[in-house]
This record gives sequence, structure tokens and C-alpha cells, in this order.
Amino acid sequence: MSTHTVRTEPVEVPARLRQAQPERAVSAWWQAAPFTAVFAVFFLVPLALVVMVSFWNFNEYELIPGFTLRNYFNIFEGCSHLTDNGDLCVTLSTYLSTLKFCLLVWGITLLLGFAVAYFLAFHVRSPGVQTALFVLCTVPFWTSNVIRMISWVPLLGRNGLINQGLVGSGIASQPVEWLLFSDFSVVLAFVHLYTMFMIVPIFNSMMRIDRSLLEAASDSGASGWQTLWNVIIPLSKTGILIGSIFVITIVMGDFVTIGVMGGQQIASVGKIIQVQTSYLQFPLAAANAVLLLAVVLMIIWGLTRLVDIRKEL
Amino acid sequence: MSARASEPRAPGFWPLALVFAAFVLFIYGPMLTIFVLSFQGPEGGLTFPLRGLSLHWFHKLAEGLGTVDIGAAFRRSLLLGAVVMGFTVALSVLAGLAFRKKLAGGNALFYVTVASLIMPSIIVSLGIGLQFRLIDTGLKALFNTLGATGMLENYGTALGLMTSALGAHLTWTLPFGLLIMFAVFNRFNPAYEEAARDLGATPWQTFRHVVLPLIGPSVVGIGMFGFTLSWDEIARTSQAIGDVNTLPLELQGLTSTVTTPAIYALGTVTTIVSFLVMGLAVGLAMWLGKRQRRSQS
Repeated sequence: MSTHTVRTEPVEVPARLRQAQPERAVSAWWQAAPFTAVFAVFFLVPLALVVMVSFWNFNEYELIPGFTLRNYFNIFEGCSHLTDNGDLCVTLSTYLSTLKFCLLVWGITLLLGFAVAYFLAFHVRSPGVQTALFVLCTVPFWTSNVIRMISWVPLLGRNGLINQGLVGSGIASQPVEWLLFSDFSVVLAFVHLYTMFMIVPIFNSMMRIDRSLLEAASDSGASGWQTLWNVIIPLSKTGILIGSIFVITIVMGDFVTIGVMGGQQIASVGKIIQVQTSYLQFPLAAANAVLLLAVVLMIIWGLTRLVDIRKEL
Repeated sequence: MSARASEPRAPGFWPLALVFAAFVLFIYGPMLTIFVLSFQGPEGGLTFPLRGLSLHWFHKLAEGLGTVDIGAAFRRSLLLGAVVMGFTVALSVLAGLAFRKKLAGGNALFYVTVASLIMPSIIVSLGIGLQFRLIDTGLKALFNTLGATGMLENYGTALGLMTSALGAHLTWTLPFGLLIMFAVFNRFNPAYEEAARDLGATPWQTFRHVVLPLIGPSVVGIGMFGFTLSWDEIARTSQAIGDVNTLPLELQGLTSTVTTPAIYALGTVTTIVSFLVMGLAVGLAMWLGKRQRRSQS
């Protein structure tokens, strides 16, 4: 009897609380408000300003509000024909060079990241070892990117370890020059810095694959490659897509890695924007940023055509 | 050795194990070389061989590198990292709680957050830089029309460590914070909260005594993400900070001017700070987890 009275009392409390539901909906809005405000003030408004200012005029001292397409014409100046030397205009050749880096880095990080994630997800049997090895891969992510870039200098430099080894063993008669401050070192640094962004989402997708599907595939006589191609890759698509979006957006907008590892000699879209801001040519920089954004969005849109990300999240 | 562990390895294991080992060597090798080289003797250069073993370059670093005040940049970065950490924890936890309820516009907010995560940093940075320059222009015009010449003369810029740079860093750290909160609440059992409510706890008591201890270790993780992401951030800060620089920005500038192992020493020091924060966070998270398990048993 006494247990009954103890039980009935608490049941009434949630009933009373449930009547207060509309009030709790308001509090959800208040809880999200500071978070929302940060993105409104520091993300949405700045983006809108970039678009707006890209149509403004400017002189050496100030920005002049107005509407002009001058900045956009300026970007594509001379792009309608090849120059006398047979080169493309600056904008097109910079985009082609940035896209080239993007494609190379994307391909290499995808292959490498997939292989590493596959090894961790399907070949390492003990969950403890799996976690330990996964953490081992993520630790360098916490060190400053610039440090990880300059850490290649003692290896790749003219007097670096690799050249010392090559010359010492007689393979090369003199130090190899293209190792550092070249396309090679830029791609190497990108792979070093951002393969993590591929491994984590792909590993995540792979861990969600039901292991009985693999057994079913092998029971039905599929070879290892067939299982990989017809079962694992389709089921890891979301991870591959998320990783790809990360790597592509980072490389397209990068100016730090290309600056440091390219010895400030290689042009990139991000670098153009950075240089223009340092000369206070904000409307030009803004027009370039709008163009960059359009290109990145088109690539992402193209990728999401291949995979319906919302369906799979 | 269990029976399963002694089974023969699947085909492809050894080649992939080799790839994995090579990858680990690839990501750790270069970093280890600069840690080793930062302990060069006074005659040492930027490359091997190691000439002597000393703390010489750390002393040089403490004296300053050229015109750059490393100590001031170090303190600025620490301060900014700590403030970003505080905001990231508070705002992510609040937003995480909000997303568990019916939140009007929640989808839109989620997409904006993801957009911020994948937006090329230079665009965000440029936008914030522009925004604060326009604020400067507006304020100066306002002072002018008000005739407040004193304020006009004293006014520098709204760009700064705790304004534009803080905002720029939050657009980078908050998406990580929110995604971690989603992962946490996906595994969270609401029965505990219902039990607390059934026992007559107020919403605040439920949060303070039930939810917070349960999510505590993950909240510490969010703090760690917030600090270390801010501590190493360059691209979003570059156009959005104004006159002063953070440590990574100074470091980026120094890569082209400093040609002594002092720069490696700086690399070693900043990495040690990152690892200390990580170590503290992991230790705190484990302690919280253990305390919670003890109180449950």
C-alpha cells in the first residue's frame, strides 16, 4: 500500500511539466540564440558584405559605395584570347594551377586515406589496438600546420637529409633542386597535412558497415576485390564525399601552404586574394572571393550529385 | 592469444600494414626531425648533422627573434585560445541542448554551421576584415558629424584580438563543438533526465546534477578542440586581426626570414603547449569519467 502512494506522486509531476511545453520550446530558441548570433554576425553578414563590396569602386584611399562590374571585368582582363607568348590570362592560369593541385592532392589523399581507413577498420581485429592506431594517426593533427610544413625543410632542402643521402650514395652527382619550394613540396605538404580529413570520415563510414554483409558477399563467392568494389566502396560513399569536400575546399582556398612550401613563387587563388587585401584593394579581393566561392560551390554541388548526403547522414 | 587472433591473416593484410606503417612514419618523421634539430648546439644549422646538444636556441628564442616580440605573441595566442575555448564550450553545449528539442529553424542553423566549416577560410577572413573596416568608417563618420573630435583622434580600429579575431576563430571552432555535441546526445539516454524530473528536479537541477556529469568528459573534449584549433589557426585570422599578430601568424612570417634553429625551437615550444592542453584535457576527461562510474556503482 505504501509503495503505491510513493509511486503515484511522481507520476503527477511530469504531467504538470508537460503542460508547460510551449514555454520549453521558447527556451530551446534562447539556448541556440548565442550560437546563432555568432554565425549571423561573423559568417553570414561578412559573406553578404563580400558580395556587396565586390560591386563597389575604390581608389588608393577608400572604398566607394556604388555598383560597378569593373572588378569582375578586371579579373577576366585579357582572358578572351591568348597572350603574345601563348599563355592564358592570369586568372585562368591561376585557377588551372590551383585546380591541378586540388586534383593531385584529392587523388593522393583519397587513395592513401582509404587504404589507411580500410586497414584500421577491417584488418585490425582488436578494438583496443584499433582505437590506439586511430589516435596515433590523429595526434599530428594537433600540431601547428606551419610547424609541420617547415619540418620538411631539414629533409628536402638543398643540404637536407635526402640530398645528403643521394649525393653520399652516389645516386646523384649534385643536390636535387626540385625537392623544396616546388610543386612537389606543395603537394607533399598538403598530403602530410590533410590526409587526416579523409581518414576520419571514411573510417567512420566503414565502422558502420554491417560485418555480416561482408560474410554474405564471401559466402556468395565474391572475391576480395569484388567485395571491395561492390560492397565496401558503395557503403563508404558518404565518408569519401565528406573527406573529399574537406580536402577540396581547403586546397582551393589555401594560401599558407602554397606560400610557405612554394617559396612564395607559386600563384594560387587564395594568394591573389591575400595580396590584394594587403594592398587594400578590397573590392578586387571581394570579386575574386565571390568567384572562388562560385567555383567551390560548383565542385561541391557536382560531388553531391554523386551521393545524396542528407539521405545517408 | 584467442583462437581468432591466431587465424591466418586475410589476404592484403601485410601490404596494407606496410602502407599504414609507412604512413605513420610519413606523418611523424619530419616532425621528429625538427624536435631533434631544435636541440642543436650553438654552431648548428637548419639541417643535419646535429652539431652538439644544447638548449642554446631556446635561450635565443626567449631573447626574441629579430624585431618580433615572440613573448607578446605567445601571450596573445594563449589568451585568445582560452577565451575561444570558453565560448566554444558554453555556446556548443547550449546549442546542443537546443537541438534536442523542437527548434524552429534548426535545419537552417545546421546548414549554416556546416557551411562555415567547409567555407574556404580566406573568404571568411576577408569578409570579417571588410566588416570591421566598414564599421571603422561608419564610426569615424559618426564622430565627425557629432563633432566629437577627441574621440575621432583617439579612435584606431575595431579590428582586434577580442573582436574580429575572436569572431573569426569561433566560426571555425563552433562547428566542431556542435558536431561533437550531436555525437554525444545521439548516445545519450533521456531516461536519466525523465527520472530526475519524476523525482521533482527543476530543469537546472536536472542539467547540473544529471546531464552535465554524464556529458562532462565530452565537454572537456570540446574545450580541447576549441583551444588547440584556435592556437594553430592562421587562415581565418590573417585578414581579421588588425595591427597585432598571433603566434602562428608570426611563425608564418618568420619562416621566410629566420634561418637559425631558433625557429625549430619555437616549433617545439608551440607543439609542447598543444600537447600539454591535450594531455590535461584527456586526464580531466578520464578523471570525470571515473568519478561518474564510481558514483554510479
